[in-house]
Amino acid sequence: MNPQILGVVVMFIATLLLAVPLGKYIAKVYSGQRVWTDFLFGRLERLLFKTSRIDPAIEMTWKQSLTVMLTLNLVWFLWVMFCLLNQSWLPLNPDHNLSMTPDLAWNTTISFLVNCNLQDYSGETGVSYFSQVFALMFLQFVSAATGLAAAAVVFNALKDRTATQLGNFYNYFLKSCTRILLPLCFLIATIHVFEGTPMTFKGIDTVTSLQGDTMHVSRGPVAAFVAIKHVGTNGGGFFGANSAHPFENPTYLSNIVQMVAQILLPFAMIFAFGFYTNKKRLAWVFWGVMTVGFLLLVVPAVIAEVQGNPYLAHMGIAQPGGNIEGKEVRFGAIASAFWSIATTVISTGSVNAMHDSFMPVSGMNMLLGMMINSFYGGVGVGFLNFFIYVILAVFIGGLMVGRTPEFAGKKIEAKEMKIAMIIALFHPFLLLAGTAIASYLAAHDTNMGWWFYDAAGKHNASGWLNNPSHHGFSEMLYQYTSSSANNGSGFEGLADNNPFWNISTGIVLLFSRFLPIIGPVAIAGLIAQKKFIPPSSGTLKTDTGTFGLLVFAVKIIIAALAFFPALALGPIAEWMKMH
Amino acid sequence: MKKEIIPSIILTIICIILLSGIYPAIVWGIAQLAPNKGEGFVIKDKGNSYFYENIGQNFSDDKYFLSRPSAVGYNAAGSGGSNKGPDNPDYLLQVQARIDTFIVHNPGINKRDIPSDLVTASGSGLDPHISVQAAKIQIKRIAKVRGLSESAISGLVEVHLEPPMYGMGPERINVLKLNMALDRIDTN
Repeated sequence: MNPQILGVVVMFIATLLLAVPLGKYIAKVYSGQRVWTDFLFGRLERLLFKTSRIDPAIEMTWKQSLTVMLTLNLVWFLWVMFCLLNQSWLPLNPDHNLSMTPDLAWNTTISFLVNCNLQDYSGETGVSYFSQVFALMFLQFVSAATGLAAAAVVFNALKDRTATQLGNFYNYFLKSCTRILLPLCFLIATIHVFEGTPMTFKGIDTVTSLQGDTMHVSRGPVAAFVAIKHVGTNGGGFFGANSAHPFENPTYLSNIVQMVAQILLPFAMIFAFGFYTNKKRLAWVFWGVMTVGFLLLVVPAVIAEVQGNPYLAHMGIAQPGGNIEGKEVRFGAIASAFWSIATTVISTGSVNAMHDSFMPVSGMNMLLGMMINSFYGGVGVGFLNFFIYVILAVFIGGLMVGRTPEFAGKKIEAKEMKIAMIIALFHPFLLLAGTAIASYLAAHDTNMGWWFYDAAGKHNASGWLNNPSHHGFSEMLYQYTSSSANNGSGFEGLADNNPFWNISTGIVLLFSRFLPIIGPVAIAGLIAQKKFIPPSSGTLKTDTGTFGLLVFAVKIIIAALAFFPALALGPIAEWMKMH
Repeated sequence: MKKEIIPSIILTIICIILLSGIYPAIVWGIAQLAPNKGEGFVIKDKGNSYFYENIGQNFSDDKYFLSRPSAVGYNAAGSGGSNKGPDNPDYLLQVQARIDTFIVHNPGINKRDIPSDLVTASGSGLDPHISVQAAKIQIKRIAKVRGLSESAISGLVEVHLEPPMYGMGPERINVLKLNMALDRIDTN
């Protein structure tokens, strides 16, 4: 087999083989069964709860759980805003980086708080080591744990029983940190340290190159950061170039480890759902639907990148490595194309190649991955997004065959459907409205005043585009799609560090994080209270291939109706121009 | 919400200590066992000077194997790609200009043999590698400039070819290591 194709096949299979036992372990952690990590963390957790005056045995309703989640998030927001606005005088700032402007701090704090990690700054110059470790890396842990804990509440609600008390949110949250995220991060950080990723608090080094040029080399505590960046599907890079940077991702092995690390928890959570609620067949149906969607996106992208750029072919040079602009030789076109789709279907948003320079087909598939946002999806929240589509599919399926829509032995009624519809339609609304406004401004070259200025000091809105024509439109569409999907990758050519982009995407980020958590938790909480109806011959079976197909069709119909016009103006038009 | 505020604040402080204090401290401790104590792998040169093995360097001199074009000029105080779209007219002119320059410096080569990684920028702007084909096409020029035999330089390229890892991933060549070896045979 072609060594580059073998590489990605190994990544995928390795992830699946690890995810099933990890899912079983996660189910045990959330249901409070004995696991081997009790020995390491059990006593520590009891001590931490006692200090925090929290009794982890007190169960909460879905509303109480959401209150705790929002309170925690508010505290974290204030802490990180403080760090970023004051980093110039706080410790661990060997390179003397400046404090952030308020609009940039707002965008960065929200972006890390909501597990998105859209970065309008560059790590080398934009943040101190203190901010990296105590603000941003901290949020990478706790935002992932928030998603996991919310998913745990939903798992609990979907058990075959009637209940109002759905476990303790603090307990789910802390155990997500100690039992799931931390052990994985130690393992991954250790591998990285030995592959060549720095873990130091020393600042920029100056060396003379072989040819005699003076060059500066940024370093930092990268290994610890890069581990949680992927395990928590955060994706925010330590350096500006993210995982394309040869320190952040030094070898083909580190590339495999990072790829496995970012898909591992999204896979494992699906299986954890199966083990926890005793619906293993249903979990495999979900995984199957997601995998079919993933493969449909990844295969065309790999082919497009291997074929290379037709314009370069026309110039008469060879493209043995495919479309290599914006890519690293050590990963090659195939591993980069695979990564670009994986990072967008799950909500990581880390990159090992610059997405702006990918071919139009790949760009479109990345956008589709984020638009659908639940072919695996981010840690915890991917499952929650998928759950919304399941509810829609159950309802539509019920109508089609003339049965009362039921899921997990509970009736799905008007109230749940209303919430599901609002959540499903809010995502396209946010990203399309944002893109429409930005495109209008760019097309009219509006004078943006205080809201925007480019490198030349001009205030014209078209100045934020790095590429003309359809590709320029795609840059704006990508930015809002990435924000609304809480993804965080970008067509990085866009000049996004200015009040217009910082503030507008910050608002999109806030809505698109908390509504898709609140909605599914509310639905799950509502159906948990209902009477449990044991399955009978009249029940619409959900753990079948037919139902999987129905879920898939619902996704495709919503995505096609909502997003096709926007895609036609961007990547599809670009592709047609090229061929 | 009110009664959750105090527990939330205390839990946050505890999490900061655990996740941002203890966790990175332990990883830092592990890094002390790694080569160069987690400060990035280095290659020693003459005297006290050293280079970072993974950070690409700019090679523009005809006597060296050229590295890839970089959007940040190989200044590793920053990083990034060109972010040019594949159909951007300015970008295509730039690539054409790089091809023309390369042909001027390497007379007699066939344009069809120029691999695209030599005329396109990497994602990080710090790519330490080039493809095998990109090295081979420069052998003739370097032999001529340095007055060495083509076969000697060919041999050097073969030695520095890094094969796929356990049969996975692309073949590549670390430009810095190759050029250091080139300097060594030249002085001998």
